[in-house]
Amino acid sequence: MITFMINDQEVTVPEGTTILNAAREIGIKIPTLCFLKEQKGVEFQSASCRVCMVEEPGRQKMLAACSTKAWNGLKVRTDTPRVIRTRRLMVELLLSNHPKDCLICHKNGDCELQTLAADSNVREVSFQGAMNKCRIDNSSLSIVRDMNKCILCKRCEEVCSNIQSVGCLTDVGRGFHTVVGTVFDWPMTDTTCTFCGQCLAVCPTGALAEVDNTRKVWDALVSGKTVVVQTAPAVRVALGEMFGMEPGSVVTGKMVGALRMLGFDYVYDTNFAADVTIMEEAAELVHRMKHGGVLPILTSCCPSWIKFIEHNFGDMLDIPSSCKSPHEMFGALAKTYLADRLNVPREDMIVVSVMPCVAKKYESARPELSVAGQSDVDIVISTRELGHMLREIGVNFESVKESDFDDFMGESSGAGTIFGVTGGVLEATLRTAYEWITGETLENVEFEAIRGFEDVKAATIDIQGKPFRVASASGLKNARKLLNSIRSGEAHFDAIEIMACPGGCIAGGGQPSVHQDYSILEKRMAAIYGIDEAKTIRQSHKNPSVIRLYEEFIGEPYGEKAHELLHTEYKLRKKM
Amino acid sequence: MIVPADQTKYDELAAFIQTVDASEKSLIAVLHRTQTIFGYIPQDAQLMIAKALHLPTAKVYGVVTFYSYFTEVPRGKYQISVCLGTACYVKGAQDVLKAFQDELGISAGETTKDLLFSISQSRCLGDCANAPVVMINDELYAQVHSDEVPAIIKKIRETEEYA
Repeated sequence: MITFMINDQEVTVPEGTTILNAAREIGIKIPTLCFLKEQKGVEFQSASCRVCMVEEPGRQKMLAACSTKAWNGLKVRTDTPRVIRTRRLMVELLLSNHPKDCLICHKNGDCELQTLAADSNVREVSFQGAMNKCRIDNSSLSIVRDMNKCILCKRCEEVCSNIQSVGCLTDVGRGFHTVVGTVFDWPMTDTTCTFCGQCLAVCPTGALAEVDNTRKVWDALVSGKTVVVQTAPAVRVALGEMFGMEPGSVVTGKMVGALRMLGFDYVYDTNFAADVTIMEEAAELVHRMKHGGVLPILTSCCPSWIKFIEHNFGDMLDIPSSCKSPHEMFGALAKTYLADRLNVPREDMIVVSVMPCVAKKYESARPELSVAGQSDVDIVISTRELGHMLREIGVNFESVKESDFDDFMGESSGAGTIFGVTGGVLEATLRTAYEWITGETLENVEFEAIRGFEDVKAATIDIQGKPFRVASASGLKNARKLLNSIRSGEAHFDAIEIMACPGGCIAGGGQPSVHQDYSILEKRMAAIYGIDEAKTIRQSHKNPSVIRLYEEFIGEPYGEKAHELLHTEYKLRKKM
Repeated sequence: MIVPADQTKYDELAAFIQTVDASEKSLIAVLHRTQTIFGYIPQDAQLMIAKALHLPTAKVYGVVTFYSYFTEVPRGKYQISVCLGTACYVKGAQDVLKAFQDELGISAGETTKDLLFSISQSRCLGDCANAPVVMINDELYAQVHSDEVPAIIKKIRETEEYA
């Protein structure tokens, strides 16, 4: 342990602790921009932004608090005129090469650089010089990269390479011309980017953004067509944060009420489609087990993960379940089953998805998920975009009158709900598959062993005396590890779930920014399990609306009609 | 600019990669060898290196663009290096550089369309007594005056024609 002074406070910390972490422990705020504490506590210091400089009185050189380890007897101050002046200078230097169009920036109000400029009392930018002129990469349907707004903190590169192991971002060039770019400066669509959006979740400025589809939704709402909306499980436990509500608040009823206020004709639940996914996936699993099919079966709900396996494990494309993701199943059913029940022609229906995810935007345009060139899901917006639309109409969210989802595709079980967290799809599959394989009633539907934020969670479940081995992983680096161990024959599993975002959809790239406060994710996760626990029906195959769908329309799970509407295929992509 | 693919060069590179550890730590050595073999670092070579060393190609590209020694532009058969070190600079090396650029119609860092010439700037070639100096491949040209540049180029072109 070492003891040292920050301002007038003594602090005792383990040797090796940085000045920044020691200061945080005693409640002294030192601003940072590039510093990134990742979910598992791993710290990334590129030490490039220099806004965390502190002073050791008597020493000319100042210290970067994020990357300087404190020593016994050190005395530093974070509050001297010199520190404050230096910090302001650093911000001014960053701003000297930054577009000053904050008023119309999508990050307006949620930007760490903007907040720091305000906190540092910057009133002028005294440096006039060359500005970067980078081409904006809006090639993809998910992510826009405007490197003119980049401050080179490299958080995105860190997350892309070391959390996701995708590695599609890199420093290009050197000196003033350095830019975070892609291989050969290719547009994102030509790279191995999976559009998971974890880069934009950590971007401190507006350099990385989701493709904004809110205007398209507004246009749809006045188009005269029937506009139906579905909401993913993870949206309802995060949307409240956009309106200052406590993280983990469950706002299902208010969300539905607010969507009606926006003018949607029908409001449905992706959780219903998640239950349908389980019917198909559990049936596929039973089919594979009976007919000697390939095991493990891999869940296929996460479009980012699907693109990852298409790029990196082309030899294993026979193991993911052929099930479409829930929101795509919803789209396919909305334009057939629902269109018929509502008496609306397919071409007069617009399906909007509200998702915690930016990869869903790219997924909805995959050609195999369309009929005659018309996508099953027409428009995807993120939780954030929904929040922005509600702000546009000036909704007082907390006082919105609660409402229920509409009939046919609005009812869901607890199993559909837990799709929003890592391990949830697997658990939901087990809740149904167990009963289908054994013919017995499952007493305890909760599978604790595959829950939580750990990298990879493995468990062996006893099914009629036979071991059934399962695992779930979240974060693509963990997915890669798991798949490598399967490919090498080192590990054997019967069913696996993979989610690209660490923690699952609750931590998706389209969710309200957590600004490195990961306790928010824990609260969202607890909220999801809370919804599940409160449900009377907690297994997908017991959802009455699902039973009706199969009786009246689909027939057998994994049958002919199901294949036509609810299953898909994958394609081999280039590894780079 | 179309550069004919040269399989023997790729074979040579592949053979070299066989001799190194297939990891990130070999990257700089492999890039050096690539530049020696090809005269530059083509995209296909970067893709090949990334695969062999188990790295994302973006990483390889990042390193290639970081070091000024590495170039993605094919270099000419005759690589003209104009010294812009202090001694040469004060003796008018800027004019010499400009003369080469004007004569060949390219800027420093570029290559002529016929792949015959490329121009680069260098910092002190260690022959300050003869400033300003220019090196063309391994040959040193001492006390070059900008007026002499057209003749130097003409002579090389003639050599090429009768070769």
